Amino acid sequence: MKAEDVPQEGNTTLGGQRKAMYARGADGRIGIVASQGWEAEEIVTRQAVEELERLAADARRRALAGETSPLEYHMYRARMDITLLSQVTGLWAWRVRRHLRPAVFARLSPALRARYAAALGIETQRLDRLDP
Amino acid sequence: MNTPSDFRHQHASHCESGVMSAIVRHYGLPLSEPMALGLASAISFAYLPFVKLGGLPLVAYRMPPRAIIRGLQKPLGLKMRTETFRSAEKGRARLDALLDAGQVVGLQTSVFWLPYFPPDLRFHFNAHNVLAYGRDGDDYLLSDPVFEEPVRCASADLARARFARGVLAPKGLLYYPEGRPVEPDWQQAIPAAIRKTVRIMLRAPLPLIGVRGVERVARAVERLPAGEQVAQSKLFVGHLVRMQEEIGTGGGGFRYMYASFLEEAADRLARPAFADLAGELVEIGDGWREFALAAARMIRDRDPFDGPRLAALLRHQGQRERELFTRLDHATR
Repeated sequence: MKAEDVPQEGNTTLGGQRKAMYARGADGRIGIVASQGWEAEEIVTRQAVEELERLAADARRRALAGETSPLEYHMYRARMDITLLSQVTGLWAWRVRRHLRPAVFARLSPALRARYAAALGIETQRLDRLDP
Repeated sequence: MNTPSDFRHQHASHCESGVMSAIVRHYGLPLSEPMALGLASAISFAYLPFVKLGGLPLVAYRMPPRAIIRGLQKPLGLKMRTETFRSAEKGRARLDALLDAGQVVGLQTSVFWLPYFPPDLRFHFNAHNVLAYGRDGDDYLLSDPVFEEPVRCASADLARARFARGVLAPKGLLYYPEGRPVEPDWQQAIPAAIRKTVRIMLRAPLPLIGVRGVERVARAVERLPAGEQVAQSKLFVGHLVRMQEEIGTGGGGFRYMYASFLEEAADRLARPAFADLAGELVEIGDGWREFALAAARMIRDRDPFDGPRLAALLRHQGQRERELFTRLDHATR
């Protein structure tokens, strides 16, 4: 790739940052050129973010309908899945899965609630709320 | 004395090569980022379908995390000291002690908990490297090589990022050199590093590593369904492109950076054959970008999803890399 072909497409995913890319400059040497982003990369990054947003929105809808616990919504909002939430809390995956049931979640001990809140980086009271 | 003011931040393409070249430069040996990548033999390809990240297989265009930290020790006669911690308090106290003693310190962090990252890039990726070079009140002064300017990070946020759990958990890892790097015997070190890369790319014992890994992933892409499960297929190919690393190497998946290393090697060793191969590797990098573009168009439905077409592009990449590394093998002899 030549330096003048380094994409400068202003990706929203980069939040105004520029990334360093190696490309062949006018002097014939390969060196760093700052890039404002490339649409193809923006597409795949947004794809991953949108998938997590879709899972969170779906979990929120089901939590409002009483079909799942708010924990599932907070899990996807923190860009996690059951495997990761289980690793971060140190709980077995089957326990995390069980805590996604509204009735079980409602009886959760304060200690477990604190553990989830810490893992998700939110305040404990927030666990019950479903504000987007 | 190494006070914060005499540390110089430099924008880099990849976190680990960026941090390590910055450390080596700070302690007196000029070293480019591509030279750090090349000398540590850190370019590669790996496809591990049995290791899942967010439900998708592990794909990497380089060697595992810490390969550059470890790989530079021998060629530069540099002993890197690494420390991990049981508790965040101990990790913080040790970092503070090292910084107050004037060290610059490499840290492994999770991107998700670093507030200065753009929100769209904050995934649970636990092997992001940054360099701490000082502190100011409650803030740490960080040189994150993939950012243009130095950044600041509050101590509570940095503690979260250093002690994130999950796959590749950093456990507070910090690293710094003991002693100073010495200029290597380039005539010996560069060919040895290239031969190691050739061995990994062409003769890895597992068919999931090197060019055989590219062929294997092509086979998986070929079989992706286009019908009702197309959303899952698109996530898979999107993942392949993302692992070329948005904050990173711009589609070329480290190929452009390694090309720059070969160009530098050609000069240092006065071997023009390496410069020719650098030119070819740039074209291979362009091929990876072509694959990324074709995949992105399918993800956004500008083109219909076509697994076999993407697989053909990947096979072609595998073929070209096989030829390139074979020729590189001959060129080092």
